[in-house]
Amino acid sequence: MTTTEAGTHTSPAGNPIGFGRMLRKEDARFLRGQGHYLDDLTMPGMLHAAILRSPVAHARIMSIDTRAAEEHPKVKAVIIGATLESLNLAWMPTLSADVQAVLATDKVRFQGQEVAMVIAEDKYSARDALELIDVEYDVLPPVVDAMKALDPDAPVIRDDVEGRNDNKIFDWEAGDKERTDEVFAKADVVVEQDILYPRTHPAPMETCGTIASMDKVTGRLTVWSTNQAPHAHRTIYALVAGIPEHNIQIISPDIGGGFGNKVGIYPGYVLAVVGSIITGKPVKWVEDRSENLMSTSFARDYHMKGEIAATRDGKILGVRVNVIADHGAFNGTAQPSKFPAGFFHIFTGSYDLEAAHCNVTGVYTNKAPGGVAYACSFRITEAVYLVERMVDVLADELEVDPAELRMKNLLRPEQFPYTSMTGWEYDSGDYPRALQKALDIAGYQQLREEQKEKRERGELMGIGISFFTEGVGAGPRKHMDILGLGMADGCELRVHPTGKAQLRLSVQTQGQGHETTFAQIVSHELGIPPEDIDVIHGDTSNTPFGLGTYGSRSTPVSGAAAAVVAQRIRDKARIITAAALEVSPDDLEWEQGRWYVKGDPSQGKTIQDVAMLAHGTLELPEGVEGHLDASVVYDPPNLTYPFGAYVCVVDVDRGTGQVSVRRFIAVDDCGPRINPMIVEGQIHGGLADGVGMALMQVISFDEDGNCVGGSFMDYLLPTSMECPSWETGETVTPSPHHPLGLKGIGESATVGSPPAVVNAVIDALEPFGVRHADMPLTPANVWMAMQGKPMRTDLAVT
Amino acid sequence: MPVQTPAPVDYERATSVEHALQLLERLGPDSRLIAGGHSLLPMMRIRLAQPECVIDINDLTELDYIRVDGDDLCFGAMTRHAAVLASPVVGEHYPLFHDAERLIADPPVRNRGTVGGSFCQADPAEDLSAVGSALKATLVLRSPQRTRTVPAREFHQGPYMTALDDAEMLTEVRVPIRPGAASAYTKVKRRSGDWATAGAGAYVVLRDGVVADVGIGLTAVGAPHFCAEEAEAYLVGKPPTDEHIAEAGRLAARACNPRADQRGPVEYKLHLADELTQRVLRTAVERAEGRS
Amino acid sequence: MQVTMTVNGTEVTREIEPRLLLVHFIRDHLGLTGTHWGCDTSQCGTCVLQLDGLPVKSCTVLAAMADGHEVRTVEGLEVDGQLDPVQQGFMEEHGLQCGFCTPGMMMTARWLLDNDSDPDEATIREAISGQLCRCTGYENIVRAIRWAAEHQGERQAEREPETAEQEVQA
Repeated sequence: MTTTEAGTHTSPAGNPIGFGRMLRKEDARFLRGQGHYLDDLTMPGMLHAAILRSPVAHARIMSIDTRAAEEHPKVKAVIIGATLESLNLAWMPTLSADVQAVLATDKVRFQGQEVAMVIAEDKYSARDALELIDVEYDVLPPVVDAMKALDPDAPVIRDDVEGRNDNKIFDWEAGDKERTDEVFAKADVVVEQDILYPRTHPAPMETCGTIASMDKVTGRLTVWSTNQAPHAHRTIYALVAGIPEHNIQIISPDIGGGFGNKVGIYPGYVLAVVGSIITGKPVKWVEDRSENLMSTSFARDYHMKGEIAATRDGKILGVRVNVIADHGAFNGTAQPSKFPAGFFHIFTGSYDLEAAHCNVTGVYTNKAPGGVAYACSFRITEAVYLVERMVDVLADELEVDPAELRMKNLLRPEQFPYTSMTGWEYDSGDYPRALQKALDIAGYQQLREEQKEKRERGELMGIGISFFTEGVGAGPRKHMDILGLGMADGCELRVHPTGKAQLRLSVQTQGQGHETTFAQIVSHELGIPPEDIDVIHGDTSNTPFGLGTYGSRSTPVSGAAAAVVAQRIRDKARIITAAALEVSPDDLEWEQGRWYVKGDPSQGKTIQDVAMLAHGTLELPEGVEGHLDASVVYDPPNLTYPFGAYVCVVDVDRGTGQVSVRRFIAVDDCGPRINPMIVEGQIHGGLADGVGMALMQVISFDEDGNCVGGSFMDYLLPTSMECPSWETGETVTPSPHHPLGLKGIGESATVGSPPAVVNAVIDALEPFGVRHADMPLTPANVWMAMQGKPMRTDLAVT
Repeated sequence: MPVQTPAPVDYERATSVEHALQLLERLGPDSRLIAGGHSLLPMMRIRLAQPECVIDINDLTELDYIRVDGDDLCFGAMTRHAAVLASPVVGEHYPLFHDAERLIADPPVRNRGTVGGSFCQADPAEDLSAVGSALKATLVLRSPQRTRTVPAREFHQGPYMTALDDAEMLTEVRVPIRPGAASAYTKVKRRSGDWATAGAGAYVVLRDGVVADVGIGLTAVGAPHFCAEEAEAYLVGKPPTDEHIAEAGRLAARACNPRADQRGPVEYKLHLADELTQRVLRTAVERAEGRS
Repeated sequence: MQVTMTVNGTEVTREIEPRLLLVHFIRDHLGLTGTHWGCDTSQCGTCVLQLDGLPVKSCTVLAAMADGHEVRTVEGLEVDGQLDPVQQGFMEEHGLQCGFCTPGMMMTARWLLDNDSDPDEATIREAISGQLCRCTGYENIVRAIRWAAEHQGERQAEREPETAEQEVQA
């Protein structure tokens, strides 16, 4: 170990001992094309599956003829709904107390729904055989427009549920309605705005897939799958398929991006298991891109009516919102079970106000199921978008600068910990400092001056601001569970005799760099070089239980677990050092990597010395076991509340409506940063999401329920050309309850950036009197907004 | 829901133009030439196209050229988009090719996609079709029996339909070199690499301050034969003033019949036909006058 | 039908169906799984490899069309145990997160640097514009390629003495 001039310690390999910029351990394999993603894996005798999907949105299935497909020489099995009914597997439970068809039996309820699976010797033959299956549909009128789902004459989608005669899933509310109504009644100014957060899709570069292998002799099921939550999957497979949980092993190999798309269990996964049982061979199923976009977890689709109340001089008093939430054909949203609208009720955002209330009505439509996915921190995306748009709408009404309006209403540092009007306890924050920093980096006043000059010349330039607060790290067992499973995370640390260590995690990286950052956490606590710490994850038979990686929970929950388990090792090392030096543990003091005797620093034992002693023959005090291992289950006392201030600058072509994002400034506060390089990378990716969502990404539907946006030709993701060079800054406000003060960062930028881009475009359109237009702000939509006719983006353009 | 793998198909590789034509004749109308493959293969993957045989013409290097032949700038059908973009002689005569190529797909696609393939696919949003129409290019078509030429403005007979007979292939695109001509192309797309929401290209020849000759091409907006003849006729003999250019834009848009889709409603696309026509005319005039 | 092509400097011959896509040939028949696929419609660029030295989308090329040609994949970037400067740059500048788009991005970057030793940011952005990344927001990919451009010479310099020695021996 050497000490640099800056005072940080570096390891023999040149890595920081503890926090700091460190190159990623996982890169070595990815850079050489040696990653092992799901579709890279093959098993002896493996068969390939393909899924036949419904071409229509709503229809009764009259007949399915599979004979020709079964006669295909390379086909091993064809599975249809009737096959599953005999196994009692035609329907599976969702994460939201509903059921979803594994294969359609009675009706198809969205375009792209699973109707049959073919299992064949190779993937080309499996797809050839799909064309040999003949399905007769009796087409029914679909429910496409969420706003009409509750009309009395709307077709009933879920007639599989006895007694159901409408499309309402739930009504859910938060906040104090009466108090909010009072505040609105006395307010000088009330502004209202309809705001759509359209349906979008996480679209990781790797689609979803699985390999299922059922060993008939041992009864053991091994599932390799692209999933962000292997342990949760194991329990759900056990509950759904009735296979004893100890006989199920779930392995998540390298994952080519998740962003929430790989949380749930899809029908294809269950079908591959069934296929393996039927054929006795491992069965691989990997989605095509269209299958990914049309059938797996979409996100958002919130139709919001927002209202904001304020005094004439710009003090925000209250926010009220009514939401129609489009959940698709099955209620399959993935969030802590007590919260059917996720964490949407954090919609009061970062502001000090007197009252707030929301009502959310979930509805069925003839669209793919899902809703909570895509780096949304359980719908905080929608909440932040709502409040940040509403603040700009209010600024427009009051004719005040949106930066000034925000500064006036942001929570002040002395208000923390702050209990919000909808019951959240924000742990820590210094909001004005972050906003001021972002404005300073942007050169806000100069930008406004430039804008003024440009407007005089008829050019359209816009400056948009957003400020966000997230609550991430679900979550405390007393408040949160998924299907009854508490959201605490296990973690195990073994220090081997030579001082090298293995850390076992329940969370699952999809590119976040866990193999590096979790080693850094242990290194920080124990002084072991991070290159000497192997991080093991992704295999339920090798790792402790925990609920996986989503909702920015890895650092707040498992990161805390890793710190605590390392601290336990450190405490044990103290006892062993004391025994070896024949002093009292109280006489020892810790410096990074070593216990030493107070007042005599030459007398001490490094953690490596201790590891060997712990495995050796040293006599240990009564009750102290040998070896240097520990495990922990960490139950977070609260969520962590990262926040940030974003500024976006755009230029709009008034003749074509094309938007160009010229600059984007992001100041994020996620507490201390384990590895600033990785944190910044996470932010960059989220900012690109914001540009994509604000300007181009949308899954819409035509009047027949056909999905528009089922390929990358129509579901547009931003390229290097649409993204500016990101400008980042940071403030550091530690979390008071996380053992290392850390907060989650994985989704902050995805949550915080869309309103900044939209606010900038709307600001650019000020000369046209435009107050709002829905995402995505495509050239057509922007130009139509200039004509006073912004488009409805959830419905296909006609 | 389409599958994403091609149906079984036979493969032949042509070694010369003559060989390709023989194969086409022998294998009949269920065979397809494949050049870059970036239009045909995606259609084969979703089985919208199911030829019995593909005839690979990538070895026909004899069709991979850009050269001046007499008074024409000539492109062999197998010329890749990337080669057009990199060609100085193209830039010297018709910078609109470079304007357009920079906006076509993306670099790896431009490394494979060919000039001939773009014309023959006859996609209603194809950029080079508008360029060809704007420049009043001539296409050289060969069959085992004969060689004939067809004006670009007569080649496209509807979406994905061309004047090519069975057992006939496009071998060359010829553009008349017009001394003093200046040109420009632009398009609106939702994102880099997207097909055109609308695109326009034009050349102008100015003589004594008036438009002596002009060609206007439009794509993705339902312009008949990818061109705007009425607007061209209007401009000839007039000085290229803002007013005249504006009227040309209006006339160009009036002839269009776009379809609403995710790229925009009809109203917007008609506006773009007008707006982009004006923009390329203005840029072309500026270039003619040496202002840009 | 039978195809023969040179892949990363080694000649390979296989019996294939004519409809087989090059990306599946490389992955499933040769086991070179560093080249990925991600979209089926030539939009995403995770399947980019070099065909005769040019980056192409291998999901939109038939394996048959590569018969007699030269293919280079990510597995061919490292030479004699030494990473290509592009690979090094992606590591140094954190140009990858999930790693799925990375091989395609690097094959394009290698081509770019072979043709332009000092590309500016705009040139780099244009070169990778046909390839999607969902993790990095492209910033660090651009920096990675710039890093590689700035360190190109170093690898050559390291190699030159060795080459010179071989020449002397010859």
